[in-house]
Amino acid sequence: MKFLVCISNVPDTTTKIAFTPDNKEFNKAGVQFVINPWDEYALTRAIELKEAAGSGTVTVLNVGEADTEPNIRKALAIGADDAIRVNAAPQDAYFVAEQIAAIAKEGAYDVILMGKESIDYNGFQVHGMVGEMLGIPTVAPAMKLDMSGNTATLEREIEGGKEIVTVNTPFVASCQQPMCEPRIPNMRGIMTARTKPLKVVPAIGEPARTTVAEFALPPKKQGVKLIDAENAGELIKLLRNEAKVI
Amino acid sequence: MSVLVVVECADGEVKKSSLEVASYGAQVAAQLGTTATAIAVGHANEANLAKLGEQGITKVLFDAEPRLKDFVNNAYTKLIATAAEQEQAKIIVLANSNIGAAVGSRLSVRLKASLATNVVELPKTDGGQFTVKRGAFSGKAFSDVVLSGDRKIIAVKKNSTEAKHDDGKTAEVVSFAAQLSDADFADAPTQVIMQDQAGGVLLPEAELVVSGGRGMKGPENWGLIEDLAKALGAGTACSKPVSDVDWRPHHEHVGQTGITISPNLYIACGISGAIQHLAGVNSSKVIVVINKDPEAPFFKAADYGIVGDVFDVLPKLTAAVKALN
Repeated sequence: MKFLVCISNVPDTTTKIAFTPDNKEFNKAGVQFVINPWDEYALTRAIELKEAAGSGTVTVLNVGEADTEPNIRKALAIGADDAIRVNAAPQDAYFVAEQIAAIAKEGAYDVILMGKESIDYNGFQVHGMVGEMLGIPTVAPAMKLDMSGNTATLEREIEGGKEIVTVNTPFVASCQQPMCEPRIPNMRGIMTARTKPLKVVPAIGEPARTTVAEFALPPKKQGVKLIDAENAGELIKLLRNEAKVI
Repeated sequence: MSVLVVVECADGEVKKSSLEVASYGAQVAAQLGTTATAIAVGHANEANLAKLGEQGITKVLFDAEPRLKDFVNNAYTKLIATAAEQEQAKIIVLANSNIGAAVGSRLSVRLKASLATNVVELPKTDGGQFTVKRGAFSGKAFSDVVLSGDRKIIAVKKNSTEAKHDDGKTAEVVSFAAQLSDADFADAPTQVIMQDQAGGVLLPEAELVVSGGRGMKGPENWGLIEDLAKALGAGTACSKPVSDVDWRPHHEHVGQTGITISPNLYIACGISGAIQHLAGVNSSKVIVVINKDPEAPFFKAADYGIVGDVFDVLPKLTAAVKALN
């Protein structure tokens, strides 16, 4: 079984978001980048399934410039076998999906996994686009993934419940908790990651279909109005008469 | 040229988020000087579909194929694509739900359309550009995105736009056949398991939410959260540490790596307010924080606060709500 795990390079979850003075770009200064937390579920589950089968390969794929390589190496340290980096800034979901679809097709991957969405642009789009480009099923968002031969059984979250879905390879799944407990690299993994193959390829395809004109931060709150704990019921009156939300 | 709106139905009812989407689509149609047509997916009821006239929909397409009751990605995609071609829809509007995002992303490739998800406002169409505002950085920011091309798909974030009601207006329900074949249902679910909804309020669509953190001390104390939620008619939620230790199911986890919600009222009980948690809830209209630690960072993001023990405060709030009703 050949797994292709797509990872994106995102600001750490504790990052305070700030933009360049013209509000056109995210300000990367002083920001720690990590593997997108949702993608960690995809990566760890692929490694677990490979280990359980006793055969197969896990390839990680990132669309990004050279500054994403530390996180690609981290994915190799966690247990991926090799990596591909498409050397381009990720312009939009469509552009990224084109790169993934081309590589998935060329490498004849059986299972294409990624996180539900990236925590920076929150597109939640790439999985479906890749599936459609390749003409294969997509299961998103998947909470559980088990494989038996070429057949996968997945749990897909829907609003208010879940569906059990069975698909044959090849397929795309976008992953989220509680699929597995994401692994962290151990010392041996970190040592071997240095020599694992990382191939850099140029981008292909059409230009992006969407462009960001401007970023903005949410409006600041006016300040908290404190209510005495002894008189907590007063809050309910304020919520009805002042805030008018109940 | 028209606007096509995808309305999700469950148990015969149009979902609340789809009423918002219908209203959004009708307003976009008005902006562009055209009409809005809806296509129904899920378990729909014709009488309820006709009521979409109240949101400004003129016509609703309804395919009576029984297998469309459950979400089937390929079948839904083909159904909506067929409707979009028939109606010559330039704009397709759907909910930013698990179904909407799964279908919208496939449709964007099939129909060669540009796609924006997580959209929070009506588009701006001045100056020859089509710009939408969407949530980014998991609720920590917004971005204005320009959609290019002849065809555009917009997935609207739940609870971020209001569903208008124009009483008494009805939409014409027209039967529609997308000629779906067995192959289109190859990825149909083998089983659908719905959660037992406490009080029947679905968290992603809830207008009022009561949420608990580690300060609740254990799952056995969740009755206090549920009592207040029930009195208010609210949904319940939790912070990441709480779902990590299985006090509550993960689908209740709101935050950067859980779900982001934007209810009218969010009441946080015993949650300190880590930046990852705030990201998931800071588009709530009113935030109430109850915490015994006056230094809890959440107070800085709150509209109302009570510095006190949740075990004392929650029963008082529940009693006050009951007294009010």
